[in-house]
Amino acid sequence: MTFPYLPIEDSISAPYWEGTRAEELRLQKCVACSKFQHYPRALCSHCGHTNLEWQKVSGQGIIDSWTEVMRAPQEGFEAPYIIARVRLAEGPIMLSRIDVSSSEVSCDQPVVLKWQHLSDGRALPLFVPVGG
Amino acid sequence: MQGVLPEVFIVGAAECDLGVTNKSILELQGQAVTRALADAGLSTRDVDGIATNGISRFSATQLADYLGIVPSFTDSSFAGGSSFEIYVARAVEALRSGQCTTVVISFASNQRSAKSRSLGGVIEHHTPEAQFETPFGPLFPLSYYAMAAQRYLHEVPHGRAALSEVAISAREWALLNPAAFRYGTKSLTPADIERADLISSPLTNADCCLVTDGGGAIVLTTKVVDKKRAVKVIGYGEATTNTSMTSVDDLMVTGAVESGKRAFAMAGITPQDIDVVEVYDSFTITVLLTLEALGFAPRGGAAELMLSGKTRPGGSFPLNTSGGGLSYCHPGQYGILLLIEAVRQLRGECGERQVPHAKRALAHGTGGIFSTHATVILEKAS
Repeated sequence: MTFPYLPIEDSISAPYWEGTRAEELRLQKCVACSKFQHYPRALCSHCGHTNLEWQKVSGQGIIDSWTEVMRAPQEGFEAPYIIARVRLAEGPIMLSRIDVSSSEVSCDQPVVLKWQHLSDGRALPLFVPVGG
Repeated sequence: MQGVLPEVFIVGAAECDLGVTNKSILELQGQAVTRALADAGLSTRDVDGIATNGISRFSATQLADYLGIVPSFTDSSFAGGSSFEIYVARAVEALRSGQCTTVVISFASNQRSAKSRSLGGVIEHHTPEAQFETPFGPLFPLSYYAMAAQRYLHEVPHGRAALSEVAISAREWALLNPAAFRYGTKSLTPADIERADLISSPLTNADCCLVTDGGGAIVLTTKVVDKKRAVKVIGYGEATTNTSMTSVDDLMVTGAVESGKRAFAMAGITPQDIDVVEVYDSFTITVLLTLEALGFAPRGGAAELMLSGKTRPGGSFPLNTSGGGLSYCHPGQYGILLLIEAVRQLRGECGERQVPHAKRALAHGTGGIFSTHATVILEKAS
């Protein structure tokens, strides 16, 4: 699998990306309402409070839905591959890839985190089926 | 609507050239606007309101300059394919408040001639989506609709057959519409759709809308000269839900639930009172989820509705009677063409594909990745 797109981080998302260097998936948690959110923001998307802390999360989730991409969206991507909406145990949904063949994937399947390092030392969180 | 407020009518509607035009965006806009005004018996001198997008950064300003007019109302809101249904709401408010007297809503694209469309979409590097979604390589917008479809197939029996029927039914209507890109071709079978190239599973090439040039315009005013051809705006509603592929909790429930509720409440009618339904069909799944959201079927029930065959020509639930974005025309933002077809059906101008005795029509636009939803309900003025 190739990952040619290097995301441009900002002051809000820097702790997320810093975590990926240590293979830690960190999400924002609202101090006021205790809910997690993803992607990171300057405020809580549940209650609007601005007091947010970063917490390491479990890396457990289930596949909400998925699709096998058969054509590359940009130069450098090598189709086919599977992208998915993964519903994390802590609540938020994140976009990711499922690192198996399409015959082994289904909606509502439990998955667990694995890391894919980028050329600059950061990493992307991918998922694989539990026990797979 | 409220009795004290003036009623607003669509008095003109027309397409620009469609298909492969090799014309500029502004030439096509010029065609759309002048043809819609001619249809209304008006000229550019009568226009003091413009709503459009997709021309340049200053789209309405650009069009005003091109037409040689100085409008007192403009709107260039960018909400993808539903922008034009949203503009109807803005235009009604502006006309009622007296900010302007005659609004033209228009759109044109030369995307097929100009080869300006890419599978990955436009990446805006500063957005959260570029940081947290683009690295994984989704097609945009296709992969989001594909994930919605995958979920639909997971939850609903005969889902794949229902997706195919959306395309099959649209083709049957297009075969009756001389302006349709697929006019003069042939009927589709489930195998034609399911055996076409997979692009982002489960959606194949044949589950995806056309990529064509095209567009059109409508003219709105409170002053009606020819009541026989006028169409009244009796309801509208909108809902804006997401830019991220991960913000919406349940892929089976779109913002059309709220936009539809608001539009029906304003019109004081129910889905059973609609004679012609024109909903956005960027992809086959768009239609199933929109019909359910608008209340034409319960969750998962659009599959049964499609498979009943009622949506085809001659059926009791006439749907996407132009042939839709799937078989008629899809210029990137299809919303203006939904309104034009709804107006023509209510006027009784649709020839072979005319729905008999159509009194009320619904047009529903969907923009982005099920991001923006706008419903407009229209009624014959006389």
